[in-house]
Amino acid sequence: MKLDMKHIHIKNGQLVDPLAGTENTGDLFIADGKIVGVGSAPAGFVADEVIDATGLVVAPGLVDFAARLREPGQEYKATLASEMAAAVAGGISSVVCTPDTDPVLDEVGLVTMLRQRSKTLDLARVYPVGALTRGLKGVEITEMAQLHEAGCVAFSQGDVPIADLQVLYRAMQYAANFGFELRLRPEEASLVNDGVAHDGPYASRLGLTGIPVVAETIAIAQITQLMRATGCKVHLARVSSAAGLELIRAAKKEGLKLTCDVSINHIHLVDLDIGFFDSQYRFDPPLRSVADRDAIVAALNDGTIDMICSDHAPVDDDGKLLPFAQAERGATGLELLLPLTLAWARANKIALPQALAKISSTPAKALGFEAGLALGQRADLVLFNPEASWYVIPEKLKSQGKNTPFIGHEMIGKVAKTIVKGKVVYSA
Amino acid sequence: MYNPQLNAQGELIHLLTTEGLPRRILNQILDKAAEFVSGGELVNQKFADLAGTSVFNLFFENSTRTRTTFEIAAKRLSADVSSLNIQASSTAKGETLLDTVHNLEAMGANLFVVRHSESGAAHLIAKHVKPGIAVVNAGDGRHAHPTQAMLDMFTIRHYKGDFTNLRIAIVGDVLHSRVARSQIHALSTLGCPDIRVIAPKTLLPTGVENLGVHVYHDMAEGLKDVDVVAMLRLQNERMAGAYLPSTQEFFKYYGLTPEKLALAKPDAIVMHPGPMNRGVEIDSAVADGDQAVILPQVTFGIAVRMAVLSIVTANQKGLL
Repeated sequence: MKLDMKHIHIKNGQLVDPLAGTENTGDLFIADGKIVGVGSAPAGFVADEVIDATGLVVAPGLVDFAARLREPGQEYKATLASEMAAAVAGGISSVVCTPDTDPVLDEVGLVTMLRQRSKTLDLARVYPVGALTRGLKGVEITEMAQLHEAGCVAFSQGDVPIADLQVLYRAMQYAANFGFELRLRPEEASLVNDGVAHDGPYASRLGLTGIPVVAETIAIAQITQLMRATGCKVHLARVSSAAGLELIRAAKKEGLKLTCDVSINHIHLVDLDIGFFDSQYRFDPPLRSVADRDAIVAALNDGTIDMICSDHAPVDDDGKLLPFAQAERGATGLELLLPLTLAWARANKIALPQALAKISSTPAKALGFEAGLALGQRADLVLFNPEASWYVIPEKLKSQGKNTPFIGHEMIGKVAKTIVKGKVVYSA
Repeated sequence: MYNPQLNAQGELIHLLTTEGLPRRILNQILDKAAEFVSGGELVNQKFADLAGTSVFNLFFENSTRTRTTFEIAAKRLSADVSSLNIQASSTAKGETLLDTVHNLEAMGANLFVVRHSESGAAHLIAKHVKPGIAVVNAGDGRHAHPTQAMLDMFTIRHYKGDFTNLRIAIVGDVLHSRVARSQIHALSTLGCPDIRVIAPKTLLPTGVENLGVHVYHDMAEGLKDVDVVAMLRLQNERMAGAYLPSTQEFFKYYGLTPEKLALAKPDAIVMHPGPMNRGVEIDSAVADGDQAVILPQVTFGIAVRMAVLSIVTANQKGLL
């Protein structure tokens, strides 16, 4: 028997299945990369390893819908090896990576290479999102069908919006032709201009150029109109505003094939947190007002927002030790996805299966698989202590990116083990 | 929120913005500046407040007037002054802002006077300098220009005596103005009950009323019965593009002419941070008129900068 095909008996865990919406205490049996027994062992099961999960939640491995892995091209910020280690330390078994590497993921060879490297590392699974346009330049659409065959699960522009609506229109028509999903950051570039923070009283006070909410709502209005015209499936990435969420709510009600996510940062932080120009709080889209943050929380609670992503963006110190407007955007997030999701759930009295659905079963469904605890499902699991607290200390993060606004914050919810393809890939 | 400009005793150790400074400290600056002025003129003598102190003027953005007044102020206090035009040197070779600062620290700098095109640059430097080194913001992006605001406060106090019954209008490009923001915070703290901003909507920042000002788009309404008219400079580059249609139209509706000034109180004073665009934001008849206090502002600017340099240096040394 191969070492990674061990039979594992997980004993006495709090089994939380976001797909079924259930929560029970019991045992789980895995073999050959699959769940082969729930509650009781299948006939003839002999465990190679028994994990005592008393006091631990046992749930499907987390699925992060948006992470920048930086490799290839920006290995000084992060490598595939460092970020995959961070992913599994965060309980994430599947990572959707954005195409904005250098070179960007716009060719089959690059996608194949990325998948091959991630397989060699054999930690979390990697799901590449292909570039929607060559070089993300917004001019020529990529060979989407071939990129899809190479393993791209969807297509996006990363954080660079397409300026020319004609190109977006054609890209959506073409994607719809094959049934591909586009993941678009709703942002109208001409309204962003040189903005760096939410256009509100606080940015005015600090003298920072604002990015108005209308930059998001105009883009959502355009995208939804183009969806009606083309029938293309769209996932809106990192929605940030109350007004934007209202448009999404209406579009969903109308029946458009539209989903959306929000980043862990935007659930918890607002523009006021920038304080005295703290570049740790520079994000794209910007952290918006308290009212917008409250609307994000409400939209998560009522299901308008389908999922939560880490929006992981490792940035080195040189990228952050600059005046706010010149500092790089983003923060490390893979290891914070679980505790920050749990913090939202606790604050809003959301039951664990529903909370975990936002970071496992729902994004998994969008990737075409089921993240649950039923027989036959993937043995991609996370075991975590929902009560254990820890502090965000940069040196202790596995990610090469040590920058996050949550440095020094207490997190509640600590990953004990991560299992991918039936193999323990992380133990605390 | 923790105020990085103050030490544990609440003393001023950097001057980065007028926002959040207590009235006590604003008055301390004004009172100290008054020691350097006599009969509306600078006291003609050299002081020893900064003897043995190395002051570096770090101008990452061009400025002749502010740099010169800081140089004069530091020299009058007996400091050793070095002025660097950084745009033309290190940063052009790829050195970061903090690299430059750390190099100058290694050369024995005690005080940095910083001007930078990005909001928050002075805060960043203040956060990363060694203990004992003071940072004075000489203008950062659109954020703050605290010594300009304090010289305006000095000018107002010189001519009007007190702030608590004044009506003050700030006119022009508030959106891009670090001067306006610093004036608004200082005036609020000093107790000015009616601060007005007058500008077209394209030149006002979002939510400006949250700063505690009354907003006017019409000069006739905004200038009525004011005691002080603080004009702002309008950068000519703002004229092209979508902010304003033309110089001529801006002057017609927002330029300060004798007719518009007549709406203010008869003894109202007119201030301008300079350099002026005559015929754009201000009519020459007003700029050169009896109510203009624009040249005294320049004189007071040196006294205020002397006061600030003296206070932060003393507090950094723990002498006060």
